[in-house]
Amino acid sequence: MESSVTSFGRLTSEGHRVTNASGFLGQTNVLPRGLGSSYGDVCLNPGGTLAVTAGMNNFLAFDQETGRLKVEPGVTLGEIQRTFAPRGWMLSVTPGTQFVSVGGAIGNDVHGKNHHARGTFGDNTLELTLLRSSGELLTCSREENRELFLATLGGLGLTGLVVDATIQLQPVSGAYLDTETIVFGDSGEFLKLSDESESAWQYIVSWIDCTSKNGRGIFMRGNNSADTRVPDVKLGGPSVPFTPPFSLINRASVLAFNQAYFNLNRIKAGSAVTHYQPYFYPLDSVTNWNLAYGPRGFYQYQMVIPRHDGRAVLDEILSQIRRSGQGSFLAVLKTFGADHGPGLLSFARPGITLALDFTNLGARSDALFKTLDSIVMEANGTLNPSKDARMSRAMFEQGFPKFAEFEQYRDKAISSAMSRRLMGW
Amino acid sequence: MRYLVIGATSGIAKAISRIWVSRDGEAEFVLVGRNASALDAAAADLQVRNPNAKCQVFSLDLTDPTAIGRLESQLGSVGRIDVALLAHGELTDQTLAQTDPITLANSLTVNATSVAVLAEMSARLMEKSGGGKLVVIGSVAGDRGRKTNYSYGAAKALLDTYVRGMQHRFAGGNVQPILIKPGPTATPMTAGMPGASKMASPDKVAADIVKGIDGDKATVYTPGIWKLIMLVVRMIPAPIFNKLNF
Repeated sequence: MESSVTSFGRLTSEGHRVTNASGFLGQTNVLPRGLGSSYGDVCLNPGGTLAVTAGMNNFLAFDQETGRLKVEPGVTLGEIQRTFAPRGWMLSVTPGTQFVSVGGAIGNDVHGKNHHARGTFGDNTLELTLLRSSGELLTCSREENRELFLATLGGLGLTGLVVDATIQLQPVSGAYLDTETIVFGDSGEFLKLSDESESAWQYIVSWIDCTSKNGRGIFMRGNNSADTRVPDVKLGGPSVPFTPPFSLINRASVLAFNQAYFNLNRIKAGSAVTHYQPYFYPLDSVTNWNLAYGPRGFYQYQMVIPRHDGRAVLDEILSQIRRSGQGSFLAVLKTFGADHGPGLLSFARPGITLALDFTNLGARSDALFKTLDSIVMEANGTLNPSKDARMSRAMFEQGFPKFAEFEQYRDKAISSAMSRRLMGW
Repeated sequence: MRYLVIGATSGIAKAISRIWVSRDGEAEFVLVGRNASALDAAAADLQVRNPNAKCQVFSLDLTDPTAIGRLESQLGSVGRIDVALLAHGELTDQTLAQTDPITLANSLTVNATSVAVLAEMSARLMEKSGGGKLVVIGSVAGDRGRKTNYSYGAAKALLDTYVRGMQHRFAGGNVQPILIKPGPTATPMTAGMPGASKMASPDKVAADIVKGIDGDKATVYTPGIWKLIMLVVRMIPAPIFNKLNF
């Protein structure tokens, strides 16, 4: 049936034919889609068909000894955490929201706070079954159909529909983390803390106050705790009930939020034992927070820049953002480990990554992004496709040089707004 | 407890079964449906969630009374059924049903006749084996015919009358018929419908249904607000109702 579909950033709302996964075959212009939690246009196919896998949400097999879990693609990461944490296993890699599907996590080769320790979601994907539009079902792994496997990890859903996947969970004692919160005064201190922490801490993430002059922030590191308490965390929290007529995220609210957030965390700084939900998924506690950006939606701009000269580049980016007056609520900063993501189009690579959310202000947003793009490109950095809605083709080709090699593995019946924009098909 | 789940691969049935399997260490499932591989996946899911759970699967054409007869004799030996959940159905393209006789006939067969036949089968099995709760998934669409979905709604209205009749018949007896009326729910059945993103989640609907079954309700609207909405919809006088577009 025909209906209007948006992605998480809500920048566009255009007509799609939407079917469940069984409607994937027999189409000429179709895109597999999980929960649609990507910010930009990677999960959109206006004028074409979306084959939604959310209903394919069965667990298929689990080995309690090895932690290998076989699932259908629509299983959410939250469901995996909830089900297996009490049994001593959790996801090896999780992004900052649990409302994403396994299929989406594979297609975007997502990363988490522990990239330096565990790599990407694709690094922990052992095997998958890929349905091609020809009707062919292919088992893909590092041993079998290896090239297609590596094209599918981070392949933006363009190589076929993943009908099942086997992933490696990691052993844990319980659902809690031992965490430490440290205030830093500038980007140099952040980098020093990162370097010192990587060998002893599995999870590292920072929030940076992009309204501040020096780039002060909060550094958070954690390890799975030996604490085996039964979780008593209450699910659910406030929600944004409807789309306000204008964005609630503006210069004044961003400034106020950043001040408050910094000072609250300065008071809280120190050690704590934290449940995984508020630690891994702080934003999931506010349902529909994306609506707060108003009817025009918002962009997430996530870059990675090489570690070499990273500090100077980071400072330049922060200064440009401050100058534009378009501060970001949530500026998330972390360093990636030494390994490049396994997929041909994987985003994760050695360097520093910064993710920022910006209200869509039309031409003003565009002008800021163009300035940031040129700094990022000059530094030999790139942007994360799973967040992107607007980078240029030239920028994509510079950041993802295997795009031409990737094309031979695409499924010719599959196309997305993003593939048409960045690869011309 | 032993659960007989018919239409076991539907979004709502899976969500309900998952609640049962996670809280009942001794859960035994008899999963019935049309698609054998989807049933196997649903069974695997329950066993991953609770390695102690037991599952049997039976795949058949749920519109074939002869096949249902065979199923009944096979199920005669599984033992007492504590809860039977009848959850199969398919959404009907109303426009197509108005022009294509096969579409209309199939819709009424799948959504009404088949469910009634399986409800009687379940009642017979339960009566013989000590009784239980017989849960039928109807729909708010059955509360009043509307031009956008009356072929589906009429089938669900039949289930409403059917379950009420069974409630009358078994009053004070050991079979306890329960009618569930979900509002629009975001399941594979409704993927792509306008407004699908605003529909209730199957997990929320399933939690309401399980609570209703536990509380021995005769009728359960879920989400609860639909009880009020449908009360109003039923009370709108026809001359006004027929001018409305919904």
